[in-house]
Amino acid sequence: MAQVVTTETTPQSRSMFGRIPAAYWLFGAFLLVLPSFASNFVMYQIFGWSFILGMIALSLMFLAGYGGMFSLAQMTVAGLAGYVVAICGTSAITDISQNWPWYVNIPAALLIAAIFATVVGWLAVRTEGIYTIMITLAVASAFFYFTRQNYVLFNGFSGFNGVFPPQLFGVDWRHPVAFYYLSLFWAAFWYFAVLYVSRSPMGLALQGIRDNPRRMSALGFDVTAHRVAAYTFAAFPAAIGGILLTWQSAQISPGTAGVGPVIDILVIAVIGGLRHPVGPFVGAFVYVILKSFSIDILVALGLGGERFQLLIGLGFLVIVFWSPDGLLGLWAKLRDLHRRDPLIGRLVRRL
Amino acid sequence: MGAGSKAENEWPASKQDHQFNRRKEVRLRNLLAVMAAACLTTATHADVLKIGALATLEGTYTVLGEDGMRGLRLALSQAGNMAGGREIEIIIAGTDASPDSAVRAARKVVEQDGVDLVIGPLSGSEGIALRDYSKTQPHVTFINGISGAQETTFVTPSENFFRFNMDGAQWSAGLGEYIYNVKGYKTIATIAEDYSFTYTQVLGLAIGYCQAGGEITERIWVPLGTKDFASIIAALPDDVDALYLGLGGADAVNFLNQYQQAGGDAQLVGGTIMVDGTVLSSKGSAKNALIGVPSSGPQADTWDDPDWQAYIKAYQDEFPPDQRFPLPSLLATGYYNATTAALSCLNEVGGDLSDGQAAFRSCLSTLVLDAPNGQIRLDGNRQAIGTNFVSEVVELEDGTLATQLVDIVSDVNQTLGLDPDTFAAIGTPGREVPECKTSY
Amino acid sequence: MRRFARLHPWWSVWIAIATLVLLYLTFAIWPPWLIGLIGKKKLFLNSLFNGITLGSLYFLIASGFTLIFGLMRNVNLAHGSLYMMGGYIGYLIGDWTGYWLLAFPVAFMVVGLFGVILQYFVFRRMEGEDIRQTLVTIGISIVLADIMLWAFGGDFYNISPPSWLSGPIETIFVTGVKRSSGDLIYLKYPLVRLAIFAASLAIGLGMWLAINRTRIGMLIRAGVDDRDILSASGIRVQFVFVAVFAFGAGLAGMAGVVGGTFQSIAPGEDIRFLLASLVVVIVGGMGSIPGAALGAVIIGIAEQFGSVYFPTYAVVVTFLIMVLVLAFRPTGLLGRN
Repeated sequence: MAQVVTTETTPQSRSMFGRIPAAYWLFGAFLLVLPSFASNFVMYQIFGWSFILGMIALSLMFLAGYGGMFSLAQMTVAGLAGYVVAICGTSAITDISQNWPWYVNIPAALLIAAIFATVVGWLAVRTEGIYTIMITLAVASAFFYFTRQNYVLFNGFSGFNGVFPPQLFGVDWRHPVAFYYLSLFWAAFWYFAVLYVSRSPMGLALQGIRDNPRRMSALGFDVTAHRVAAYTFAAFPAAIGGILLTWQSAQISPGTAGVGPVIDILVIAVIGGLRHPVGPFVGAFVYVILKSFSIDILVALGLGGERFQLLIGLGFLVIVFWSPDGLLGLWAKLRDLHRRDPLIGRLVRRL
Repeated sequence: MGAGSKAENEWPASKQDHQFNRRKEVRLRNLLAVMAAACLTTATHADVLKIGALATLEGTYTVLGEDGMRGLRLALSQAGNMAGGREIEIIIAGTDASPDSAVRAARKVVEQDGVDLVIGPLSGSEGIALRDYSKTQPHVTFINGISGAQETTFVTPSENFFRFNMDGAQWSAGLGEYIYNVKGYKTIATIAEDYSFTYTQVLGLAIGYCQAGGEITERIWVPLGTKDFASIIAALPDDVDALYLGLGGADAVNFLNQYQQAGGDAQLVGGTIMVDGTVLSSKGSAKNALIGVPSSGPQADTWDDPDWQAYIKAYQDEFPPDQRFPLPSLLATGYYNATTAALSCLNEVGGDLSDGQAAFRSCLSTLVLDAPNGQIRLDGNRQAIGTNFVSEVVELEDGTLATQLVDIVSDVNQTLGLDPDTFAAIGTPGREVPECKTSY
Repeated sequence: MRRFARLHPWWSVWIAIATLVLLYLTFAIWPPWLIGLIGKKKLFLNSLFNGITLGSLYFLIASGFTLIFGLMRNVNLAHGSLYMMGGYIGYLIGDWTGYWLLAFPVAFMVVGLFGVILQYFVFRRMEGEDIRQTLVTIGISIVLADIMLWAFGGDFYNISPPSWLSGPIETIFVTGVKRSSGDLIYLKYPLVRLAIFAASLAIGLGMWLAINRTRIGMLIRAGVDDRDILSASGIRVQFVFVAVFAFGAGLAGMAGVVGGTFQSIAPGEDIRFLLASLVVVIVGGMGSIPGAALGAVIIGIAEQFGSVYFPTYAVVVTFLIMVLVLAFRPTGLLGRN
């Protein structure tokens, strides 16, 4: 990649908000007013689901992009949080569910998910980077098999149905508009939180550890502690995503965090791009659109409607082959191509 | 470490804000384009009637989902794609047999495509999830495809969810009596997969078998997806008259294969999915252990009833041999019956779905469906009361296996002929429920 | 051995005691109190033997996986797909020709050739980028799984062994005494599983010899120790890579025939065997072939004993072993730091 980078001349006088370009404001406003014209399906299913998957993939992006740790257990963390909400809160399985109020069961879900993620992180960071992917995949499958067999706590194969969000402030949070804003809020919250942490001393140290753990260790940083802390932090967006996912489909069962969804989260994060927190959301949006409309697309192309996996798999391969930075990277490449001066072959800034 | 450091440098997090501005802009543009496409709700023509079909078209159960769709297509093509004077448009949405995916698919056809009627789904937990979803969409009618969980219509049934197939317990009706009275098996042990569908099947078996006087000495539950049964086979009790097998799919094939290798020679009795088309048409010699095994279910392949034979012929004529099973599976029959029920009621009301589909639904509730696999009507919970078939596996002349009828039980209701309160007192089917008693 | 005893006296004592107990349990006629304690001897012996034979299947798959990982640092998450491909090919060959034995070399060669293609056209292009290679293997496994589902449908394929291998034989192991006559009852065991165990043992020994006694084996060992120095010393390391990848893939393909014979081949099996080899390799030690053998036997035995003595959590036991090993020996039982 060309190393010629144009410098940006940002007037120092402008305020923090002033530095955010107009497109961002436009996009934010668009997301805010979307319920005024979009259908329930688009709000609840397309955007709601994209935000949720985006949050779970964001936690993977945080670990992989900044920490170099490809943890496949993030969907499992999300699933565990969903399970805790179902077990401690209300569900149709009245024998098990404890009916605790939301202000107890949601913190409990976050806490348990964070502890679990910390333990997984501690197990995974004891070995070298590449092993992480294997260990976390094995942990994720262990969770899947365990929930499927355990009836005392996890209600086995059937899991929990009838898990609804609390009627807080008199709002039905499963109503498409309310759910849209709820998921949008948390998606935005974690987007900015990850952005903030990535520029904080902790995030910078993590990136340093990713690039050269030995040097960071020599500089006096506790490499293991930073990595485990990253797992703990990443548990929160995943857990919130998991709780919202459970509320969205009103149920949680072992299949929710099975091997398929675990791999899907990795696919989403990689397709979107691991360099910036916006990547996972782009990936999730593409994934949801494909998942919802691929049958229509494939049938229109004369293929059987059931080749969705092939489409996703090939798309994933293309991305990994030609653009390790996902769709974000692909876009950057295209734009660079576009901006390259035909004579000198260097990047120029267009006005 | 030399090799690794290059990899690590491939994933830097650069922060060049202006790049992201551009990225965002284009993302916005793309987004708007997609949104425009997605938001376009096609104007609904009054004369076209949209039906959503939920089919398992992803993952392990794809073949089953496809056969279900064949049943639906057959019913439609027999009706000339018309009902009540309106043309029918089918919108298929794929699931992967998980409840999440079923609800998502249903939401897509109902909320996005605006269908009046949904036919599906296939698996038990999908059915429960869809029942819950149907409560939030009172203006749409849901007709179950073939999902067989008892709970779907037995616990908190939904006003607009109709099921024209029987549940797992009903599919066991008659088997217990048959193996006790005719086969003379006085004691049995059960080996079954550890989840709700097989619990329900064993419940149906136990109620018949134990009331007839039989005794279930042991119940062995193996985790779903068990592939190596060798040690379980060694642990099977050898002091019982027969073994009941409640396994399905690849688990069933593996069990039979390893049972043959271990030289097992006990009498076997099969659950409904132990002898369904997918196991009987599996490749290899494992399935041959099933010849002569009694079982029960909503159809018997070689039944000589003219309606059934006509249905088989229609199925075989409609689809080329390489694109179908040799005989319609119970999934095809389930979707076929659901679709025929919908179409005949649409004809009855002349395609009129006004007033919250009131006329259409009352027709469905009172319909007596002359299905190829016997007469079906609905009870107060909109659950099928139908005919169950006890059959034995036979080898046909061409070497394929099929089920041959040995006994018919008609008018099987959801409480298996027991008083509803008595039946409810037995409790939710589980590893130890029901007890084996001579009367309930 | 003497050196090991001197270095780890306590370990040696424990291993010796465990061996003696195992020998007693295997060969003695169990007294009633022992049967009361842990059940029938027939069950114990069957679980033990089944665990070892299942372990030999796991070893066939995991040894290829661990070899590829050790040498190329490539976590081949498409290894399960190679297994499944071998199973389908084996079924086709067995079905066409009627020769079960022919299925093994053909599956080995076809899948091995596929491995060559993968290594030459895919992985060589991203030399040294561990994570990217791993991601590519995930993509390949998704695509392969769907193509195989497309080609073979969701049917269950079960490869029939020849008639001289089907059914059980009576072994020399005594499981009990008949109460009426006082005759000894001998254990009956499926012949095909014994044959497969013998074959894996032969393959394992062959691999050990090839790695420790031949020139290519020397190169592989050197490559596992330090790939950069090996290539710097003038060895055309790419050839070694292609050969090892082909061999590992071929082994997985052959394991597919084995798995299709005593289990069956169906969609989803790829994931199951990928997970099995992951756990085996994590437990045994990544990159080590003796580790793969040890891990395979431990996991196989745990699975089989689990399925009889605590069926509900049989699958979870294997993962529990993995977590325990990770907690106390992060590099696996026989892995090197």
